[in-house]
Amino acid sequence: MSDTLPASIQNNRRMDKWIRFNPDRTVRLAVGKVELGQGNVTALAQIAADELDVSLDRISVLSGDTENAPDEGQTTSSQSIEVSGRSVRLVSAELRARVLDRLARRLNCSPAELSVQDGEFRRGDAPTGHDYWNFANAEDFASDIEGNAQPKPPSAYRVVGQPVPRRDLPVKVTGAGFIHDMVRPDMLHARILRQPGRGARLVSLNEGAIRRAAGEDIRIVRVGSFVAFVGTDEYVVQRAAAAAPDHAKWENARTFTPDMQEAAWLVGQPSSDRILYADGEPASTANVVQARYSRGYVAHAAMGPSCALAEFRNGHLSVWSHTQGVYPLRASLAIVLGVKQDDITVRHAHGAGCYGHNGADDVAVDAAVIAREIPDHCIRVQWRREEEFAYEPYGTAMSVGVRVALDGAGKPLDWTCDIWAATHTQRPSSGGNMLTHEALPTPPPEPRYSDPPEAGGGGGTRNALPLYDFPTKRIIHHLVLTPPLRTSALRGLGALPNVFALECFMDELAERAGVDPLQYRLSLLSDPRARHVLQNVADRCGWASRGSAGTGRGVGLGWARYKNKAAYAAVAVEVEVEQEVRVKRAWCCADAGLVINPDGAKNQLDGGIVQAISMTLKEQVKVDQTGVTSLDWDSYPILKFSEVPEISTELVHAPDLPTLGMGECTFGPTAAAIGNAVAHALGERIRDMPLTRARISEALLRG
Amino acid sequence: MSIELTINDQPVSVTAAETTPLLFVLRNELDLKGIRYGCGLEQCGSCIVLVDGEPVYACSRELGTVAGHRITTIEGIGSTANPHPLQTAFLDEQAGQCGYCLSGIIMSAKALLDRNPSPNRAQIIQALDKHLCRCGAQPRILRAVEKAAAMLRKGAPR
Repeated sequence: MSDTLPASIQNNRRMDKWIRFNPDRTVRLAVGKVELGQGNVTALAQIAADELDVSLDRISVLSGDTENAPDEGQTTSSQSIEVSGRSVRLVSAELRARVLDRLARRLNCSPAELSVQDGEFRRGDAPTGHDYWNFANAEDFASDIEGNAQPKPPSAYRVVGQPVPRRDLPVKVTGAGFIHDMVRPDMLHARILRQPGRGARLVSLNEGAIRRAAGEDIRIVRVGSFVAFVGTDEYVVQRAAAAAPDHAKWENARTFTPDMQEAAWLVGQPSSDRILYADGEPASTANVVQARYSRGYVAHAAMGPSCALAEFRNGHLSVWSHTQGVYPLRASLAIVLGVKQDDITVRHAHGAGCYGHNGADDVAVDAAVIAREIPDHCIRVQWRREEEFAYEPYGTAMSVGVRVALDGAGKPLDWTCDIWAATHTQRPSSGGNMLTHEALPTPPPEPRYSDPPEAGGGGGTRNALPLYDFPTKRIIHHLVLTPPLRTSALRGLGALPNVFALECFMDELAERAGVDPLQYRLSLLSDPRARHVLQNVADRCGWASRGSAGTGRGVGLGWARYKNKAAYAAVAVEVEVEQEVRVKRAWCCADAGLVINPDGAKNQLDGGIVQAISMTLKEQVKVDQTGVTSLDWDSYPILKFSEVPEISTELVHAPDLPTLGMGECTFGPTAAAIGNAVAHALGERIRDMPLTRARISEALLRG
Repeated sequence: MSIELTINDQPVSVTAAETTPLLFVLRNELDLKGIRYGCGLEQCGSCIVLVDGEPVYACSRELGTVAGHRITTIEGIGSTANPHPLQTAFLDEQAGQCGYCLSGIIMSAKALLDRNPSPNRAQIIQALDKHLCRCGAQPRILRAVEKAAAMLRKGAPR
């Protein structure tokens, strides 16, 4: 059985790493996945409550702590419930079974006669006088998890499947709730002067001028080309940091050209190429059609700039971070600082929205480097807004070409997808890729770029492979090795551009064949769950009466199964296009199998739709000769309250099917639905995101 | 220098330069952490507090300009034990994901409901349009404000 255990358990076999019964009749569940605003920690508590038969309010969750919680790697890729949830279920079921077995022997009865009611053990209808708190002993917890207990059938769930309120939200609407709000003894505020880019060297720094701008006494920490301003007054160090760039001279700073901001720049750059999937040669026919789609670089753009706290006391480094993975960050810190992992503790604390690898890990290294220079203080580093925009790792620009040979009926004989993109992962694990590391006296070597493996859903190739019944399919991936900007994982990775290309091209092929786009899809799609979500949104959005193209009003749809193995989602949108695109309404249907918390799931589905509308219509990181110029919310606008559509979302009820990760599943379908709705509204196709006013005008002039 | 303010109905004396942004004074001198740093540029609304009942960007409002005025922060309208109807409604609707934007949004909503107990959807949107929410919780936030308005009209204590 153990070879089928989830990775989380294989890496953390001991029961007491996961569950402990506290003397106050509560249960402490420890998990490695962290709350990023998606409600996963609440859902994991729901799973434990059902399997242990303990009321939900007795369960407290410790998440993301290298001292006290299991190592579950990164909180990424919509895996919290699929992986950690499965682990919590197995661990809880096994603990319950183990304790009941022992009680059965003591009472000389069969375990089947025993039951658990809010932690109290009963035999038939009678209390036994025993419960988890007085009967579970050290032996039950110190041993390894076998993984052979049978979890409950879904029909027995009472807490799972209920819309339980999130646990982290009450403090966030009443006062302090974030890492930014933590106060520690001997705390000092710090701000950073950032190296303009990898390889840039600080030649001179006019410290006197910076101190004058600060106005009060500050400490200036310099380690190689890393510079920090540290003091007791946050506003004073903020002033120092704001003034600093004008008083610093760098050499070897990289220059840019504005065309680097476009996906088209990537095409033809030095790249690592591979053919990902080919089940046959491209068909040879005269009837070949092709198109190329793109999107630019996009930012995570969290509402709160990154923040971290670090302190060195008695040779031990303690770090508080809104990282997605406390253990990988610890490993990275050990390498950057040359400190043993055992001498470092990393604890998770809530940050502002996390949609992937943002500045959280970098700012933690900033704080740790300063803490080593100023021991016995807690160093609090708060990135500035312009720093967050300029230095977070972006979602890469992508250029996606599709080439199809058609048969006489206008259906694909083959499908070739050709992708140019920079990497979708530069997560910290081995030290390299960390901003601060690059500024230190011995920077790491230039990273060797790779992309997330296909087994995990891929990066640039994520969702590139069509799930339609085409005779042959080929995916060609060019991983660009000389990207102008630092890129890493951002919600959905390549899924948004790839689904945009795939599902928009399906509409183009349908139009060419003279077939309704929904019917065209259904004629090439055999997966019943996919057909169901598509048909569902089509019925609800009034697809049949969507009217003719070119009226300025459009309806479009798109679907995907996230990573081709997680949740299914179809999205339809209605748009109005005048000078700009306005999404008026959106409909969504998702099938994620067993849903632990339907309200939390809908929040994620809808949030993904809003964020994807924003990216599709508005967002692109811009550069000029000096570097990134999208440094505030005016130069990187996102969707506003007045631009958010009405959204109607339905979840397929499928409690007997395994849970499928759904936090990112609406992202690609939303972009595709908008692309198709805009084409319907204009009678002209726009293939490059964002679908801005300029691109609308261009399309109208073309038409 | 020492500056006198009224914060959450309490008289407070703060020693800081007149030019210090209200944001830093509230967070670091008075330990009112519900107000959040988002951009420092009056672009995102994370730092909104009420000055004499009107929404104000605390990130750029200098301390000296609010001397003698009445300042209200999220801590001043309710607590987890005794929440304001807006806070209750936001939790009822689970109107948020990361939650970083929420305290500023709730303060703007409070200012709106104080002057207009029955706002329509368009008026709520107008009042909140200066606020950004990156997680995409806007539809729930709008529902929460409508719900709070209904609760207040039915006499929920504010």
